[in-house]
Amino acid sequence: MRGKRGRTPFGNAACWQSRRIAARPASRIKEGAALENSLSIKITRRSLLKAGAVSATAMAAPSVACAQQAAHGDMQPMAATVTLRVNGTARALSLDMRTTLLDALRENLQLTGTKKGCDHGQCGACTVLLDGRRVNSCLTLAVMHDGAEITTIEGLGTPTALHPLQAAFIKHDGYQCGYCTPGQICSASAMLEEVAQGIPSHVSASLTERPILSVEEIRERMSGNICRCGAYSNIVDAIVEVAGDKA
Amino acid sequence: MRPFTYERARTPAEAAASAAHVRGARFIAGGTNLLDLMKLEVETPTHLIDVNGLDLDRIAETPEGGLRIGSLVRNTDLAADTRIRRDYGVLARAILAGASGQIRNRATTAGNLLQRTRCPYFYDTNMPCNKRAPGSGCSAIGGITRQLAVIGGSEACIATHPSDMAVAMRVLDAQIETVKPDGAQRVIPIADFYRPPGNSPHIDNALDAGELITAVTLPKPIGGVHLYRKVRDRASFAFALVSVGAVLQPDGSGRIALGGVAPQPWRVEAAEAELPRGAASVAGRLLAGATPTTDNAFKLTLATRTLSAVLAQARA
Repeated sequence: MRGKRGRTPFGNAACWQSRRIAARPASRIKEGAALENSLSIKITRRSLLKAGAVSATAMAAPSVACAQQAAHGDMQPMAATVTLRVNGTARALSLDMRTTLLDALRENLQLTGTKKGCDHGQCGACTVLLDGRRVNSCLTLAVMHDGAEITTIEGLGTPTALHPLQAAFIKHDGYQCGYCTPGQICSASAMLEEVAQGIPSHVSASLTERPILSVEEIRERMSGNICRCGAYSNIVDAIVEVAGDKA
Repeated sequence: MRPFTYERARTPAEAAASAAHVRGARFIAGGTNLLDLMKLEVETPTHLIDVNGLDLDRIAETPEGGLRIGSLVRNTDLAADTRIRRDYGVLARAILAGASGQIRNRATTAGNLLQRTRCPYFYDTNMPCNKRAPGSGCSAIGGITRQLAVIGGSEACIATHPSDMAVAMRVLDAQIETVKPDGAQRVIPIADFYRPPGNSPHIDNALDAGELITAVTLPKPIGGVHLYRKVRDRASFAFALVSVGAVLQPDGSGRIALGGVAPQPWRVEAAEAELPRGAASVAGRLLAGATPTTDNAFKLTLATRTLSAVLAQARA
């Protein structure tokens, strides 16, 4: 359960966390804390961020939503098992029924290349390929995808054999902080496939002719991936280069 | 997110029966709206019935010359279907104007019709909202209303229906096929599907408890120029302030529906008789009796101008 403490400290999520932690047997809390400490001996950027998130959670004041939760029934969290094929390998998981595909990847499988941004499908940082199609992994439950093929940024390329989009993003400086980048690259790889299949977009002049991949088309088709650093023009340049090679 | 139990339904009838049997059960397909709302605890189902395994993901031709769209057909696949692109362009255009590529890959035909309002007060569990918590009051009335309805609302609720796809379905006179928990099937014309909010805005539509949408059928193609024009606060991946779905014929007749202005796709057939007299006449009839707020009165002008642009585009 260690991973649950790394969830975002925003709004009701904080409320949910405090309720979950309070309901957990004391021995489990100690066990979780020990694990957290052992992993944090070597201080990394990730452990620092995680510690910050837990502190913010602890300080969150009770809200109206918390009071509503207390009045809700005593239904206990349900356990679930699911097998996902992640980057070509079958991974059997036992998890809380409520676990999103995103949390399963990050917290249960430690595939932290996939990022949690808004956790509501608005930013695209969590984009992965589900049976070859790009999806927001935050907006689907892991348990719904037994047997499905998932490709994350870790499965798209490796440090020694970069995916063409990864190489192009580096060449064109298609990022500043880099947080949206895995989602941008997973999204772009599937987007190019959608264009290859002849699927039109909102800005395509014709619905019946094959779309031509212009800058305007790329911007529209990538609108589900937000870059708050504003590296858009370089992201488009990187995608144009790869699309040009494909054409 | 609150705990829930989960099952995978094997047949539509079994799914409907299960939904009626378990109090607080909800169907889940794409989940792009339901899970968003469950995380915020706006939706708190006790049981999820996963309908993704049902055999409802195909588009087939009907004996009447139309198309029967399975309720699980993903938005991407519906917009990409060559028959939809050729004969029902307003529908393809409307779908492509909505959401993002990622969301359209998961969102289903039925789920799109059933999505909940994006009224900010519906989403904020700290605020009263008659749609989320019946009888608690409406925070939107007297609140921030830029995105909200200018017509068709009530003193209990001025939320809009957010779907683009539904606007096109309304233009095309789509029909919604369902199965009930007792196995009975029925067909609901989309004109009768969405319920005006009245005093019970928590009830969005005509579906009974446990009733499952199995398909949406389109009548045979009507020809004409198919257009969908959407105006929003950014160029992509935003909900409509105003949208216009239209099918316009060479003889000057046509069909018009608006999105972003009402609790349902807004079509008034009598207004279409005004088409020969131009956009202002049509919009005047379509939006007669509108009760905008100071914040959203601009939508009346915007609707007229957007319609004017659509009519000009059809002539071009």
